[in-house]
Amino acid sequence: MIKKFFTRGYVFLVLAFIYIPIFILVMYSFNQGKVIGVWERFSFIWYRKLGEIKDVVFNTITLAVVSSIIATILGTLGAVGIYYSKGKLGKSVKTASQIPVVNSEVVTACALVMLMIILGLSHRSIFGLYVGHIVLSAPFVVLSVIPKLKQMDSNLYEAALDLGATPFQALFKVVLPEILPGVFSGFMLAITLSLDDYIITATLSPLDYDTISTAVYKAIALSTEKASEQVPIYRALTTIIFLITVLAVVLMNVRSNKKVKNNGKV
Amino acid sequence: MTEQRKQISRTDFIDDKKSVKRGFTFSRKQLCIPYGLFLAMFVVFPLLLVVYYAFTDSTGTFTFINFLDFFTDMTKISTLVISVLVAMLVTLICLLISYPVAYILSRMNQKTAFVLLLLFIMPMWINFVLRAMAMKEFLSLVQLPLGSFANIIGLTYDYLPFMILPLYSTLIKTDRSLEEAAFDLGAGKVKVFTSVTLPLSFSGIISGAMMVFLPVMSCYVITDTFSGSTGFTVIGKLIAWCFLGENGAMTNVNGGATISLIMLVILFGTMLATGGFKKESTGRGTNI
Repeated sequence: MIKKFFTRGYVFLVLAFIYIPIFILVMYSFNQGKVIGVWERFSFIWYRKLGEIKDVVFNTITLAVVSSIIATILGTLGAVGIYYSKGKLGKSVKTASQIPVVNSEVVTACALVMLMIILGLSHRSIFGLYVGHIVLSAPFVVLSVIPKLKQMDSNLYEAALDLGATPFQALFKVVLPEILPGVFSGFMLAITLSLDDYIITATLSPLDYDTISTAVYKAIALSTEKASEQVPIYRALTTIIFLITVLAVVLMNVRSNKKVKNNGKV
Repeated sequence: MTEQRKQISRTDFIDDKKSVKRGFTFSRKQLCIPYGLFLAMFVVFPLLLVVYYAFTDSTGTFTFINFLDFFTDMTKISTLVISVLVAMLVTLICLLISYPVAYILSRMNQKTAFVLLLLFIMPMWINFVLRAMAMKEFLSLVQLPLGSFANIIGLTYDYLPFMILPLYSTLIKTDRSLEEAAFDLGAGKVKVFTSVTLPLSFSGIISGAMMVFLPVMSCYVITDTFSGSTGFTVIGKLIAWCFLGENGAMTNVNGGATISLIMLVILFGTMLATGGFKKESTGRGTNI
C-alpha cells in the first residue's frame, strides 16, 4: 500500500512537472494583461487577436499536410519496393533511408543548403523547404509501413495477379488495404515531425515565411519588439492546440473502445 | 506437390517478367525507384557535398584550413565540448527521471498505464517551441533567472517524453518470468533489478538516449531561449550561424560544412559505441 502510494506519487510528480507550465500558460491566455503572474481580468482578447497570426498557422498547416502527403506516397511505395526487393537495390535504398533518421536535423538542413547552392538555386526557397520536410519525414513512413508488410500474407499479391489483376490493381486493392494502418500512422508521424520542426524550416525557408516554430522562436528567443507583442497570442494558440490534442486523444480512445466492444460481440 | 510447384514458378515468372500482362506494368521492387532517386538526390548527394565543402576553400581548392580554423578557435572548441557534456547530462537526467516512470507504468494495470502513458505523450503534440515558451514563462513566474541552470531545466522539459516512450515499450515487452525465475533462485530485489531487468531494457535505454542526446546537441532553439546572457550554446548554433548570419545571409559555407562533418563524426562515433548500427532501427520516433 505504501509502495503503491510512493510509486503513484512519483508518476504524478513527473506529470506535474510536465503539465504545470502548460496549465499556467492556458490560464494566462484568458488574462487581459500580457505579463504572466499579474492577473488583470478574464478576457478573450488574445483569442480575438488570433487573426494576426493566421498566416503563420496557415503556413505551418499547409507545409505539414502537403509535405506529409508527398512523404507518405514516396515512403509507402519505397517501403513496398524495399520489402520485396531481395537484391542490392532494396538494400541500398533501405540504408539511404536510415540516414535522415539517425542524422541530426541541423546537418540535414545544412547539406540541403549546399545542394541548393550547387544547383544554382536560392538557398532559401519554398522548394527547398518542402524537400527538407519530406526528407525529414519520409523515412519514418517507411519505418511504420514495413512492419505491416511483414504481417501481411505475401501470397495475397501473387494470388491477385493470378486471378487476373494488373499489378496496379493488386497494389491498390489488395496490398494497400492490408498496410493501410501503417500508412496512416506513418502519415500522422510525418505530420507531427513537420509541425514540430524548427531547424530545417529556419534554415531553408524564405526569410518572410514563418511557421509556428520560427515565429515563436523569434518571439521568445530574439525578443524583437513586434514579435514579443505576440507572445500572449501564442498562449491562446497553445491552449487551442492543447484542446485539439486532448479532443483527438479522447475521440481516438472512444473509437478504439467501441471497436473492442464490437469485436467482443462478434 | 507438383501442382504447387508449378504455381510458384508461374507467379515467379509473372513477378519477374511483367510482359505477360497487358498495359502498364511493373514489378513490386521497382516501386522503390522514385524513393531511391529522391534519397540519392536529396540525402546522399548533399552529404557528399558536405564532405566536399569541408575540404575546400571558397575558391574550390583542396585544403585543411577549415579544420585548422575550427580546432584553433577556443570558443568553437569549448562550444563543442560543452554541447557534448550538456547532451550527456541532459540524457542522464532524462533517463533518471524516466526510468522509474516507465518501470512503474510497465508494472501497472494495463488500462491505467495506457491512460498515464497518453498523458505523458500528449504534450509532444504541442509544438516544442511553444513548450519551451511555456517553461520559460513558468521559470519567470517562479523567478528563476535565465542561464545555464534554466537551460538544463528547459532541455530536460522538452526532451523528457522522448525518453519515457522507448523505455516503456521495452520494459513492457520484457519477459516477466525471467524476473520471477531470478527471485525463485534466491536473488534479492536489487539483484533482480540490476542483473535481469536493467540489462533486458538496455535497448530501450539506448534508443531513448539517442532521441535525447543527438537533438540536444543540434537543437539550439532551447538553449537560445533559456540562456539569457550567461548561458551556454550548442554546436548546432555554430552550424546555423554559418548559414543564417545576421539576416539570413549566407556567411561561411565551408566553415558550416566543416562543423557539420565534425558533427557527423560524433554521430557516427555514438552509433558505433552504442551498437546502433546493428539494430534495424534506432532514432527519433521509431518506437512511437
